[in-house]
Amino acid sequence: MLDKIIDIINKKFKDSVLHNENSNYILIENPSNWKLIADYLIQNSNLKFDYLMSLSGYDLTNDKVGVAYNFYSTKLKHYLEVRIEIDSNVEIPSVAEIWRTANWHEREAYDLVGLKFSNHPDMKRILLPEDWDGHPLKKDYETPEFYNGMPVPKDKSYWE
Amino acid sequence: MTSIVDSLLNTISFINIDINILLLFAIVVPGLVLFIVMALNVMLSVYFERKVAAFMQDRLGPMEVGIFGFKGGKKFWGGIGQIFADTVKLLTKEDIMPANADKVLMLIAPFIIVAGALLTFIGIPFSDGLIVSDFNIGILYIIAMSSVGVIGVILAGWSSNNKWSLYGAMRSAAQIISYEIPIGLTLLLVVIVCGSLQVSDIVQWQSDNRWFIFHSPFTFVAFFIYFISVVAETNRTPFDIPEAESELVAGWMTEFSGFKWSIFFMSEYANMLIVSLVASFVFLGGWLSPFTIFSIFPDSWLILDGFYIGIFWLLIKALFLVFVMMWFRWTFPRLRVDQLMYTCWKVFIPFSLANLFFVTIWELIAGALS
Amino acid sequence: MFKIVDKSIISADEMVLNMGPQHPSTHGVLRLKIITDGEIVSSVEPIIGYLHRCFEKHCESLSYEQIVPFTDRCDYLASMHMSHSYSMAVEKLLDLELPERVEYIRVIVAELQRIASHLIAVGVFGLDVGAITPFTWTLRDRERILDLFEMLCGARLLYNYVWPGGVSHDLPPNFIQKTHEFLDYFLPQIDEYNQVLTTNRIFIERSADVGVLPLDVGINYGVTGPSLRGSGSTFDLRKDEPYSVYDKFDFDVPVGQGLMGTVGDCWDRYYVKVLEMKESAKILRQALDGIPKGDVHEVLPKKIRPPKGEVYSRYESARGDVGFYIRSAGKNMPDRLKMRSPAYCNLSVLNEISAGWMMSDVIAALGSLDIVLGEIDR
Repeated sequence: MLDKIIDIINKKFKDSVLHNENSNYILIENPSNWKLIADYLIQNSNLKFDYLMSLSGYDLTNDKVGVAYNFYSTKLKHYLEVRIEIDSNVEIPSVAEIWRTANWHEREAYDLVGLKFSNHPDMKRILLPEDWDGHPLKKDYETPEFYNGMPVPKDKSYWE
Repeated sequence: MTSIVDSLLNTISFINIDINILLLFAIVVPGLVLFIVMALNVMLSVYFERKVAAFMQDRLGPMEVGIFGFKGGKKFWGGIGQIFADTVKLLTKEDIMPANADKVLMLIAPFIIVAGALLTFIGIPFSDGLIVSDFNIGILYIIAMSSVGVIGVILAGWSSNNKWSLYGAMRSAAQIISYEIPIGLTLLLVVIVCGSLQVSDIVQWQSDNRWFIFHSPFTFVAFFIYFISVVAETNRTPFDIPEAESELVAGWMTEFSGFKWSIFFMSEYANMLIVSLVASFVFLGGWLSPFTIFSIFPDSWLILDGFYIGIFWLLIKALFLVFVMMWFRWTFPRLRVDQLMYTCWKVFIPFSLANLFFVTIWELIAGALS
Repeated sequence: MFKIVDKSIISADEMVLNMGPQHPSTHGVLRLKIITDGEIVSSVEPIIGYLHRCFEKHCESLSYEQIVPFTDRCDYLASMHMSHSYSMAVEKLLDLELPERVEYIRVIVAELQRIASHLIAVGVFGLDVGAITPFTWTLRDRERILDLFEMLCGARLLYNYVWPGGVSHDLPPNFIQKTHEFLDYFLPQIDEYNQVLTTNRIFIERSADVGVLPLDVGINYGVTGPSLRGSGSTFDLRKDEPYSVYDKFDFDVPVGQGLMGTVGDCWDRYYVKVLEMKESAKILRQALDGIPKGDVHEVLPKKIRPPKGEVYSRYESARGDVGFYIRSAGKNMPDRLKMRSPAYCNLSVLNEISAGWMMSDVIAALGSLDIVLGEIDR
């Protein structure tokens, strides 16, 4: 099933997607035409990935970040994982206009992991306060000493 | 019989002072009594309502607080002392005034509302002759005074400087003013049949003929239109959109606390009692015993009518209607504001106008036949 | 392609109204920024994060076993579902095959939890439209389920019962009989809720034709669970991609049919939950009768250290499709754990279904989505 899906995608976008024989996902390292691929995923009658289940950003260290999209088709009942792994300063095209659920998920990925999405309709923090510094799920994140003048407890011995 | 003020004046007229001072005394005494009645009413009604709610919701309600070790019962009617605990709590709470509120208006708003309720009581009888003043325009006076409160509601909502309060006040004003019309029209029907606006005449007419609710099919419908409309006018569920707890937090009362809030509370329960009393003496025979509905009961049963037992019958009827209002509150969901207006303008007002038309024809035919 | 309007500009007739974070019917600390024109709402913007407890950050410094209690606290009304879904993700990562008794016990507690969670949802929706009494009735019946859970593991709200590789305790004696007794008591109660709430004329006026969510919009927004099934979809992971032992049971997936109005209105979303309680009871009866013997700690791993890899696992919780995306770097702690929260996606559709309606309808629409803020903010 997965091979068939990957064949369909490979036929259209030959050079932009990578697929390892043993893995169950497809990898994109150059996101410039990601939006075209995304549009193809939802429009093609053999794919019809109309439901974006999850969008998880992750930090790979060494200035590389990744984002994993988990798709499902409610009509054809099949599943696909797409990953984009890029340098942390590259912007990923937003898919919020294709799957509107991506709107909040991309805001969350920006908020927690610091991913940058281009053409997002409403990019701002979602879970953390708007004046928070840094992105906590980055591997090199250090807890700030103060937040708005309030000390952030480092010594947690008195909690016990 | 005459009214309380008159009989008081007669009783104390042997004192040889200016008649105006005596009149003042004769007015102040019933006023104080009415205020105490209102205060007692809210205390008992709140306890009653909590127990009714508890009964319907499969729980016990207040059970712990007693007075001098007496709790009132172990099974269900416990927690009698809650009545006093609630009162003391409300009266001793801090009176919070928001910084940007209009302080003067906020101070007088509760008193306008309570004055409306208190003034309405002047025209309400408790038994034959037990009425502060038996005007010849009694019904008109009651309708007029019961809508004074809406001014207080608007002032309260506006002066709080809170968007939620303003929402509540605007909803409340729209609702009360709209529902005045079906209430007025249904009471007008009574006036047409009886030919008098005076409270004692209306009950006398029911004593001579039959209870008004059973007089004709149209008066039967009118009673229900009246009762549902007054539920709306007293802002009770299912028409409690002005204070809609899950939408507007507490509506126009949001910013009030302590004594001022307890005054709102008092006037709400007083209004419930007032509209139930009006319904009782206009439609349900007032202080007449239930055995006067039809003439099938032997004459010896008429001993159950009288001045003192009349108080009992009137209060029983009124309290039953109050209970029905509480029953509504713990059963029904809340209407939306446009549905509320729809019910009033497109259902109740056309129906009560048609009712008015048909009842006149009915009376003409009945008059011609007799 | 959809256009998203800039909501920062308001016209002169309009007013910005803040609903929450402290408000009786925002179901926790949710803030809604509502732009209204009188009673008519032009747009609603949910502002979340007031209950953010850094769940995902915490997970990166906790071992796999230690994460289980944290998942309980995400959706505190359906804790069993959360720890079950997390355990399934870890088991997928470890490639673990479970004894059948464990799977049956998990299904039993999950369906009891589903009934408990839907009871709250049904009662609170009634509360949101102004009916107070049904809420106390549903709470009364939920107590009985909590009593069963207390018997099972000692806790009433946050259980820490389902562990990766098994469950913490075997079923106590009498549990099966007590659960049968509960079901005998509970099923007639559903008819009572229907009498007092579902078929109440005012309730229908308030919820039918209100907050209509079309099916394609729902899927596009990632709405799942009863909220999507109310719009007419049969999408239910228990049926579509059976996990655990759900393929052995015979049950139906209730969908919204627009009995009182349009398909996908608040009434449908509400009624789907009522029907699902009956279906859960059906599954429970079958599971209680067919439970095999065995040891629940048979494959419980002593130490969880999964190999390098990634896993995405899905689970049908009371609110919808819970997903756990776990990246393992071969240590005893996850490298990255992302929870796909169903209520998070369900809430994002709020503006779509309540803009253009009245103030009271926003409350009804929010109540019918059945959100839990603990899960949204994580």
